[in-house]
Amino acid sequence: MFAFSEIPILQIGSYRFRSRLFVGTGKYDTLDTMRQALEASGTHLVTVALRRVNLKKPDEPTILDAIPSACTVLPNTAGCYTVEEAIQVAHLARASGIGSLIKLEVLGDSDLLWPDPIGTLEATKHLVREGFTVMAYTSPDPILADHLQRAGVHAIMPLGSPIGSGQGILDVRQVSRIKSRVNVPVVVDAGIGSPADAAMAMEAGADAVLVNTAIALARDPVMMAHAMKSAVLAGYWGRQAGRIPKREDARASSPRSGMPHVGP
Amino acid sequence: MKLTVNGEFTHMPDIATVGDLLDHFGVQHQAVAVIANGNIVARDVFRQFTVQTGDTIEIIRFVGGG
Repeated sequence: MFAFSEIPILQIGSYRFRSRLFVGTGKYDTLDTMRQALEASGTHLVTVALRRVNLKKPDEPTILDAIPSACTVLPNTAGCYTVEEAIQVAHLARASGIGSLIKLEVLGDSDLLWPDPIGTLEATKHLVREGFTVMAYTSPDPILADHLQRAGVHAIMPLGSPIGSGQGILDVRQVSRIKSRVNVPVVVDAGIGSPADAAMAMEAGADAVLVNTAIALARDPVMMAHAMKSAVLAGYWGRQAGRIPKREDARASSPRSGMPHVGP
Repeated sequence: MKLTVNGEFTHMPDIATVGDLLDHFGVQHQAVAVIANGNIVARDVFRQFTVQTGDTIEIIRFVGGG
């Protein structure tokens, strides 16, 4: 019960994933630490970004060489603030020869890195028409999720809190609300700061979580990757097991009857 | 010839194709994507795609990201 191999495969478009923990590759001290953390996390899907080659160091080791071979690479459109930019980065990713899976980010604010909902919806429609498998980073909005689904999105990635903030999932009920309104997978992305946050997302009904900063900048990234994996599995099984309802008053766990006469 | 490569204005020896440009900078072809004057250049035509003076070229690769 404590391995990804024992839970159902998650299908996103035509891609199938064993692991419910997706991991970002940014901010690691070294590629070797990153590789060890990816292995420890048990992930099968890792995000990457597209940026200019440093022409002064053209033979820098490429990140793709440090990604375990079991992983699918998910390019993002991070840093794009318009529909046109995001579409072109998606095209570039596809031209790089790693398939047509894309994590769509169309941002609306450079301080919050908050998604632009209208641009995200527009770019989703466009990229779906072009045959991309679109995983859309969105604000945690059930109505927007429904619009994205109707646009043909393949996975909805609501943020928990701002990217890299580690604030956790500020309104976990939104995860449940989105999950109950769409049929496509829901992946909580952004803001997860600790294993507790990852477990909470899974308990709330997320199909998977995406974690980057919380692993990469942990004091021990490899240990944190292990912990995140355990948390995702705990949250998954916790949801399957069916938690008790919350009550206002106490319910004794020990029998009320048969209490011995004790005391004066 | 004069090119703008990754945002930097560059004087460089005459070259004919995107493939030559990558070779000039010592960039491995299989690790990058290229945009020439706003258009994506498919990897399999790097060796045929002509570069002319004044062109703006972006050479892109995958890096760590979330």
